[in-house]
Amino acid sequence: MARVIIRNLNKKFDGVHAVKDVNLEIHDKEFVVLVGPSGCGKTTTLRMVAGLESITSGEVLIGDRVVNELPPMDRDIAMVFQNYALYPHMNVYDNMAFGLKMRGFDRVEITSRVQAAAEILGIHEQLNRKPRQLSGGQRQRVALGRAIVRHPQVFLFDEPLSNLDAKLRIQMRVEIKKIHVRLGTTAIYVTHDQVEAMTLGDRVVVMKDGVVQQVGEPLELYNEPANRFVAGFIGSPAMNFATVEMADADGALWARHEGIRIKVPEGIAGRLRRHAGENVTLGIRPEDLRVASDGDTADQSFDAVVEVIEKLGSQILLDVKVGPNTMVAAVEPTVKAKVHDHLRLALNPDRLHFFDGVSQAAI
Amino acid sequence: MVVDSVAAVKSAKSYVAAPRRGPVTRILENEGWFAFFLLLPTAVLLGLFMAYPFIEGVLLALSDAKVGVPGNFVGLQNFAVLLNDSIFRIAVWNTVLYTAVTTVFKLALGLWLALLLNRHFRGKAVTRAFVLLPFIIPTVLSTFAWKWMFDPTFSVINWTLFHLGIIRTRINWLSDPGLALVSVIIVNIWRGVPFYAISLLAGLQTINPELAEAAAIDGARPWQRFRYITWPLLLPVTMVVVLFSVIQTFADFQLVYVLTGGGPANATQLFATYAYQIGVGTGLLGQGAAISLAMFPVLLVVVVVQLLYIRRVEIH
Ligand SMILES: Nc1ncnc2c1ncn2[C@@H]1O[C@H](COP(=O)(O)OP(=O)(O)OP(=O)(O)O)[C@@H](O)[C@H]1O
Ligand SMILES: [Mg+2]
Repeated sequence: MARVIIRNLNKKFDGVHAVKDVNLEIHDKEFVVLVGPSGCGKTTTLRMVAGLESITSGEVLIGDRVVNELPPMDRDIAMVFQNYALYPHMNVYDNMAFGLKMRGFDRVEITSRVQAAAEILGIHEQLNRKPRQLSGGQRQRVALGRAIVRHPQVFLFDEPLSNLDAKLRIQMRVEIKKIHVRLGTTAIYVTHDQVEAMTLGDRVVVMKDGVVQQVGEPLELYNEPANRFVAGFIGSPAMNFATVEMADADGALWARHEGIRIKVPEGIAGRLRRHAGENVTLGIRPEDLRVASDGDTADQSFDAVVEVIEKLGSQILLDVKVGPNTMVAAVEPTVKAKVHDHLRLALNPDRLHFFDGVSQAAI
Repeated sequence: MVVDSVAAVKSAKSYVAAPRRGPVTRILENEGWFAFFLLLPTAVLLGLFMAYPFIEGVLLALSDAKVGVPGNFVGLQNFAVLLNDSIFRIAVWNTVLYTAVTTVFKLALGLWLALLLNRHFRGKAVTRAFVLLPFIIPTVLSTFAWKWMFDPTFSVINWTLFHLGIIRTRINWLSDPGLALVSVIIVNIWRGVPFYAISLLAGLQTINPELAEAAAIDGARPWQRFRYITWPLLLPVTMVVVLFSVIQTFADFQLVYVLTGGGPANATQLFATYAYQIGVGTGLLGQGAAISLAMFPVLLVVVVVQLLYIRRVEIH
């Protein structure tokens, strides 16, 4: 087991700067998730750690060794591929045993390790089958098994669950988490699914266009997104954004836009005041909106017209129009609302987010 | 608009309820007949151009026909003659040797080229096109070029070897009985490698590159990746390619005919050239047909064995 350190890592394909100055320190036994939209350089970063892609500049350390020049087999890592990459001509047992055979383990040791892994993953009855005789979920387990029998220092996962249906994905997610708790192997996990990232990661790294946007624990990213991109990427349904003007009036700071006039709470008004007179981006999470009751003051709520109603059971999503902006509010399932209804929505003033109008960094 | 859609619904309904079917349609909807009609053209072509000549050939081999003489049925007499024909025995041995040696070299070189071409490098497309050249040029044409290259006096090969100081005297590539077969084998390999290379390359490209990456991470060195991943996955394609090639090589004619005509002193005589020499050259049509037909059991065995093997590989 080991830590992984990535220093000023860059990757340039001809013409494409896919990974830009990535710095990351992954602690021993930590489960770190790289998440970001398609093409942001997650896979490329992971492949550079694995040794499958050459490093344009920067350093990768596994344990305390710089591994830049080491071939994959000498890095003591195991990787789980998106399409499993099982050897189609070998049965499940041989697929899992291959890495051990190549490394010269003796037969007894190989058998016991494969059996143990098969037991953990619940595939001991499929050991004699070929990959194509397995379901997607079983193949995924074999791919996991092939990784864990080797007892490597680091696990690398590249979207291992994206070929599974929604239900199985949730189930495998839990299993991966359990395996990690049990084995404690350092893991780097790539996904574009933010829910997967939030549920699996001890820490989550959000990337965009090859640049790391923010590194933090899941709730940290959710509660204190570093910029508008992270705010919009983390959380489902996504955060609502509206461009508002900051105005200093009547001894308070106001966020104003057509249909919106919100008093900025004292706590954060201090650091927002210097943006008075400027346009900034206001962010409100759908779950921080509710239908206003008599107790809600006018400066913490706004009028909205219901356009679409999505009943999810545990909550109702209201797609509403607020002035020219559309927003989503996640409200109690007991709310009775109809399309075209006029409502007043109240917000949680402590959970407002503001982003610089130009840099989009959190204020 | 409304009227239109109502009409459309109506007609759709009536179609579902009572499809109008003429007698032809009805026959074609019967799977058996439909299959028969689909197979008919192929069956006719195969019968006309494969089965009929084959049967004629068998009948010819069982007769004492000569050029201009229809001939009578003589049973297996032609084959009995072959048993005691020392040239025939040479031809059999040469053919086996020729096929075996060229196949081994063509497979090895073709595989090597395919593996190289499967990598990424600049000018890959052009290289691939060039590799195909020996295969595209008509055999007779390229073989004539080789004949010139092997010519003792004007030979580029001799000239090069001489000037490099490797040889002192001219080598008689095609007239030395020992070297003639070697020369013929070299040309056959030259012509056959592209087919192997391109076919195996196509096979290699169907292998998911992630498998090699997974194996690399699993600790397999390049040779082990080839041995345990690439080779077994390529095997079905390899078997088909070898099957085709063996059949073609076993019955090879053009190349030897142009280069040596089977000489010197039958040193390069193969089944096909000997059959031609006896049947057309000497005019003993029946005898020539018997020689051709003697190839048949051998090829049949090769085909059956390989097809069985391919099937086994595919199942497992
Ligand atoms: N071999 C390559 N040659 C050229 N460009 C490449 C190559 N591999 C990746 N890229 C480019 O690098 C960028 C990052 O690709 P990468 O595969 O790392 O994205 P990703 O974050 O894994 O996306 P996804 O979620 O779609 O898998 C993309 O713009 C991609 O087009
Ligand atoms: Mg990817």
